[in-house]
Amino acid sequence: MRRLDDKGAVIDRAKPLNFTFDGKPYQGFAGDTLASALMANGVRIVGRSFKYHRPRGFWGAWVDDPNAIMSVTLNGIELPNCLATTTYLENGMEARAVNAWPTAKHDIKGGLDLFHRFLGAGFYYKTFIWPDWHLFEPMIRKMAGLGAVTPDHLDEFHSDQIHDHCDTLIIGGGASGLTAARVAAEAGQNVVLVDDQAQPGGSSYQTGTIADTAAADWIAAQMAAIKTAGGRVLHQTTAYGVYDHGLIACVENGAFGTAPRLWRIRAGRAVLATGAIDRPLTFAGNDKPGVMSLFASAEYLVRYGVLASDNAVVLANHSMAKEAVATLTAAGMAITQIDPDTPGLKAGGWQVTNGISVSGRHHPSDVVLATSGLTPLVHLWRHAGGKLTWDDARQAFLPDGQLSNMQAIGAANGTFDLNHALDEAQAAGLGQSHPRQDTSHHLTPVWPKPGSKGRQWIDFQHDVTLKDIEVAARENYVSVEHLKRYTTLGMASDQGKTSNMAGLAAMATLKGATIPEIGTTTFRPPFVPIPLEVYHGAKTKQLYHPVKRLVLEARHRDADAALCEYGGWLRPGWYGNGAAADHIRDEAMTARTTAGILDGSPLGKIEVMGPDAEAFVNFVFYNTMTTLKPGHIRYGFLLTEGGIVYDDGVVSRIDNDRFLISCSSSHVDGVRSLLENWRQDGNNPDRIFIHDLTMQWATITVTGPKARDILNGLDLDADVSADALPHMRFIETHHQGHPLRIARVSFSGDLSFELSIPSRHAPNLWDKVTAVAGTMDAHPIGIEAMSILRAEKGYIMVGKDTDGETMPQDVGFGIPRRKKTNAFVGDRSLHTDKANVPSRKVLVGLSVPHGEPPLVTGAHVVTDGANQRSLGYVTSSYHSPFLSRAIALGMIEGAVERVGDEVTVWHDGSNRRARIVSPCFLDPNGERLHA
Amino acid sequence: MQIFPCPFCGPRDEREFHFAGEAGKTRPDTTGEVSPDDWATYLHMHRNEKGRTREVWVHTPCAEMFIMERNSVTMEVLGTECLRAKS
Amino acid sequence: MSHYSAFRLFREGLRGQKGWTPAWRMPAPKPEYDVIIIGGGGHGLATAYYLAKQHGIKRVAVLEKGWLGGGNTGRNTTAIRSNYFYPESAALYDFSVRLYEGLSRDLNYNVMFSQRGMMVTAHSEHDLEMATRQYNAMRINGIDAEMLTAAEVRARVPLLNFRADARHPIHGAVSQPRGGTGRHDAVAWGYARGADTRGVDIIQNCEVLGIQKEAGRATGVTTTRGDIRADRIGATVAGHSSVLAELAGFKLPIHSYALQAFVSEPIKPILDTVVLCPAFGTYVSQSDKGGIVFGGGLDRIPSYGQRGNMPVQEDVVGALVEMMPALAKVKLLRHWGGIVDVTPDSSPIIGPSGVEGLYLNCGWGTGGFKAIPAGGYMLAHLMATGQHHDLSRPFDLDRFTTGRLIDESAASGIAH
Repeated sequence: MRRLDDKGAVIDRAKPLNFTFDGKPYQGFAGDTLASALMANGVRIVGRSFKYHRPRGFWGAWVDDPNAIMSVTLNGIELPNCLATTTYLENGMEARAVNAWPTAKHDIKGGLDLFHRFLGAGFYYKTFIWPDWHLFEPMIRKMAGLGAVTPDHLDEFHSDQIHDHCDTLIIGGGASGLTAARVAAEAGQNVVLVDDQAQPGGSSYQTGTIADTAAADWIAAQMAAIKTAGGRVLHQTTAYGVYDHGLIACVENGAFGTAPRLWRIRAGRAVLATGAIDRPLTFAGNDKPGVMSLFASAEYLVRYGVLASDNAVVLANHSMAKEAVATLTAAGMAITQIDPDTPGLKAGGWQVTNGISVSGRHHPSDVVLATSGLTPLVHLWRHAGGKLTWDDARQAFLPDGQLSNMQAIGAANGTFDLNHALDEAQAAGLGQSHPRQDTSHHLTPVWPKPGSKGRQWIDFQHDVTLKDIEVAARENYVSVEHLKRYTTLGMASDQGKTSNMAGLAAMATLKGATIPEIGTTTFRPPFVPIPLEVYHGAKTKQLYHPVKRLVLEARHRDADAALCEYGGWLRPGWYGNGAAADHIRDEAMTARTTAGILDGSPLGKIEVMGPDAEAFVNFVFYNTMTTLKPGHIRYGFLLTEGGIVYDDGVVSRIDNDRFLISCSSSHVDGVRSLLENWRQDGNNPDRIFIHDLTMQWATITVTGPKARDILNGLDLDADVSADALPHMRFIETHHQGHPLRIARVSFSGDLSFELSIPSRHAPNLWDKVTAVAGTMDAHPIGIEAMSILRAEKGYIMVGKDTDGETMPQDVGFGIPRRKKTNAFVGDRSLHTDKANVPSRKVLVGLSVPHGEPPLVTGAHVVTDGANQRSLGYVTSSYHSPFLSRAIALGMIEGAVERVGDEVTVWHDGSNRRARIVSPCFLDPNGERLHA
Repeated sequence: MQIFPCPFCGPRDEREFHFAGEAGKTRPDTTGEVSPDDWATYLHMHRNEKGRTREVWVHTPCAEMFIMERNSVTMEVLGTECLRAKS
Repeated sequence: MSHYSAFRLFREGLRGQKGWTPAWRMPAPKPEYDVIIIGGGGHGLATAYYLAKQHGIKRVAVLEKGWLGGGNTGRNTTAIRSNYFYPESAALYDFSVRLYEGLSRDLNYNVMFSQRGMMVTAHSEHDLEMATRQYNAMRINGIDAEMLTAAEVRARVPLLNFRADARHPIHGAVSQPRGGTGRHDAVAWGYARGADTRGVDIIQNCEVLGIQKEAGRATGVTTTRGDIRADRIGATVAGHSSVLAELAGFKLPIHSYALQAFVSEPIKPILDTVVLCPAFGTYVSQSDKGGIVFGGGLDRIPSYGQRGNMPVQEDVVGALVEMMPALAKVKLLRHWGGIVDVTPDSSPIIGPSGVEGLYLNCGWGTGGFKAIPAGGYMLAHLMATGQHHDLSRPFDLDRFTTGRLIDESAASGIAH
């Protein structure tokens, strides 16, 4: 292996680069891949196989190499499982073979190969049964895996994500792709060409001349013409998948250690010019380092100036090999050609090959260059739903028929003759179809010969041998998918690019069938492995599920609020930097003794208007709303059609044709959809209008005995006395000239007012309310304190005290179910067998003796005695500072009949006793509420 | 990524849409007697066709519901129309 | 049939693996059987196995339109667990876990049930309360369970995102130590081999085109390989239950969706349990081979196309990276999709179909793999005796009329 001075179209000898492999220092050039640089340095063993830890050398020169997998570190960034053949060399890279220790050359697990005869296909299904798989699994697990990943993350590893579109997307920048792109661009099309290498040209450097021009010059001319005509070229960009409705996903690789960029490209049409890859030959010892693809060795020569060896045995069964052989010969390689169909062919050598033995004669050589034909890369064609046809002359699956938005050309289409390929490309550039020409090449099929001697590799990485295929056939794992899954054929990191055809052919022979009768496995994306980060993009940290923000957030921060997420909103949980429990307790006390000020802005504010609004609101609510008078407010439930409580809230009737639905903050979007759903499906949408004002209006809740005094201190032009504004009424007034709605509703059980104002005026109002409140020892309170207050009163929080089985009769609202005569959502579901059983879980309070700590939320009430069974659970539980005792709410089977009974409450193996009581622990007669 | 033609907004990214159920279901008149079977059929039973389907969808940004015919195997969209015209 | 053992493996190793015999036969369909099972996935094969083994019914055919195990059995992410809230679910799924625990020996086929635990994380104090409710329910249901603090979660799964800027910080978790993963193909193959040995005819490449009925009663099927009669027909056709129902003339409470699965390139062991993070809607484990195996929620568009949809891929993969940031640099090797039949309560349907002689085992949604032994056992019991097993009774189709849904997500917040 050596570098030739006069070859190497893509390397820059002026820029030497230092790197190491398995700890040893080497030098390569800018433009090299890790693989070409290693080969230039004479490194032959670059990895180990997955199962037997057999030495592995390079087979391919690009994405089809199954062997050279390395962990690469540069500037402190380590990336696992880098394919050396597609990793561009950078100065300072440290590469290590992944499945070997201490080095690929001297791997201590290499001895595993000695046991190969016992470890054939599916061996693990047949053993490790007794006594138990768990005894053996840890050892096997430890052996498996390729590269190691440490739990630390890379701070600056973020993928950009780009949407793009064009008239014509050309996939692949070889001779065909370049031609098609040029023609399309010159025809005025908006063209994007994606090519996965840093230097386009595909395998055309091997061609010598194209259209009587030196290949390198021809490529440069095409590139210039494409750009002049306005075409765009994305380098190092791989189209890896075609998804629904023709979306083509591509990754663009950058410098090592940077995350690739995702391109989602929507093209009017795509031209598939992905080329073809060389196929290995199946013969004894064919996995030894030094046995490599003929075309790959030519590629190493023309692109990187690396001659794989001064001497080689070539095994080729087709006329396409001629050009590569000539190129290599011209570069000084002494080549012996042997007919690959010769029985008994064997690659000799211990760790690496030393030539081919056949019929008792040894042909010494450092490398064996093998090819059994070309396999068109039709992955994307299959992703797009295209069909394949088997072509006998080429012994390959080729794109068949037409796709409306994709056309395959060149080697990807089985058109291996360059002149034919260029004709196809010309036509494709103009959007014309072009019938596939007969190939001028002849190929003598040479497929694996089941029953022949020696260990013959089908899948190099996964150590699937011809014998394994034979075992699978013997045991009737003959469907192509069974074959793959039983032997792991084609499941390595190259996903069968090199192995599938030989495997199918072997099975075909074993079953006396043809290859197309055996069929292919499904081509799954991605075409090449892509970092998971590609799909992560900007959806990171706080941008992943962004929270909704309050217009008053700055005010809360100034007041040292602990901002937590509640139902998708970032809201004050409590205020103050001390112990949370202390603040929450103090706030709950403040609200009961003076008043608490709560930012209730996320409360839903959905207006329903129009001539049919009344009937509509009455239909979507469980509770009767036709009798609600303007200026009045009513509590109610929204049900699913299955009768389950979806949300609760209050409805304010603004006037005859206008209602305001105030739903829970976390359910606004859902309620709006639910309303729209019923509005449009089953009602006349011209007579009902729905307008969500949640974000446009802020709400400040003032709750507590001093609430009215605080309102009176705001200089409002409104009478908020108990007579003028009783419980469950609202008025519309102004604050500093801005509309203000004052609703007398209460979630705390105390006198409460909700002040709603257009959001932009909320800070002003907040400042004023808190200033006035401050003079009365009243203060802002957070959600946590409010949760205690409402539990003291026995008010539920939907989703906490209810669940997906809860119907309104379970939480004390049984009347509309029996009495409401109009149809309403969920009505019929409230009368199923299940809805009527006496054992339904219903809302009750749970009381523990004074002085005992609160029950654990999530504890279960259980039956006593043997066969313990859950009767329900504690849904809310707090220490009430105002009542100086523990309080709890729960959903318990049939508990309304059992008020006063003692029950067992079970948590984590221990029992406590509690008494079933009314859920209302505070002010049962409503004196505070109606104050 | 699929593109659905909203009858009101034109072709849009599938992520803007929600499936709302199969088309053609009518809510029983619950002010009269509805048998348990009829209610269960209305509530739960679906054609769930393989191949050509006719479904109600919602385009979230404009909140309009519409009917879409599509192929549930190939994902080809065969057409959309306003729900309103059919109601 | 070859008995599998370490000794046998050793002996075959010495003689070039030549003595192995077919794991199953390739019989031609007979004109009549006692029982036909439509669908040669895990549930169908298990049904046939238990019909033969538990009930002595051996004139059984399993009809598979493609290759056995080629539907959801061969496409899932292999999690096995019984961490359920409602006693009905817990009993059914734990029965399955217990069968799994003895399955390798029962089938003489290593299904690699690896009980490395199944952890469900909590991401807020509210989540923790729900987790506590779930944990206690599991304990009362007799399911093994552990409540873990955030520190304990971190010690077990250091890969999880414990950074200060995590969007969904970890507050704790509930774990089921007996949960884990199994080798999905091996489950299908092991049952197939076991059923075949007991005389069951497993007929691949045999698609059912119609259900024959006489006087309202199912009497046989029309297939691509001819008509086959039987007076009891079981349908275990996950992903195609509605299609089969249409052939038989009824509708099911099912929508079909693609569910996607993903696997990375193999990496050295880094994750030793199954983790589900509900806040991310994503679950993940590491296979014995080293691949990170993960999945998320259903696709959003009803579908019979057995492939993935890109927006959901982005959601699931993006979520995984946010959940375990170190995996950003790990490469996705392959992704695929299967079609799952989802019922309104996400619980399965086991029972008579309404057409006499035709029995259902369907609607497992995203969780059918873990239930294969129980699903097969229950359907076999039903078809052999004409009566529900106690454990399958609550899962009868009639629950959609009585309203007795078993909706785990209703109570636990844990997706199926």
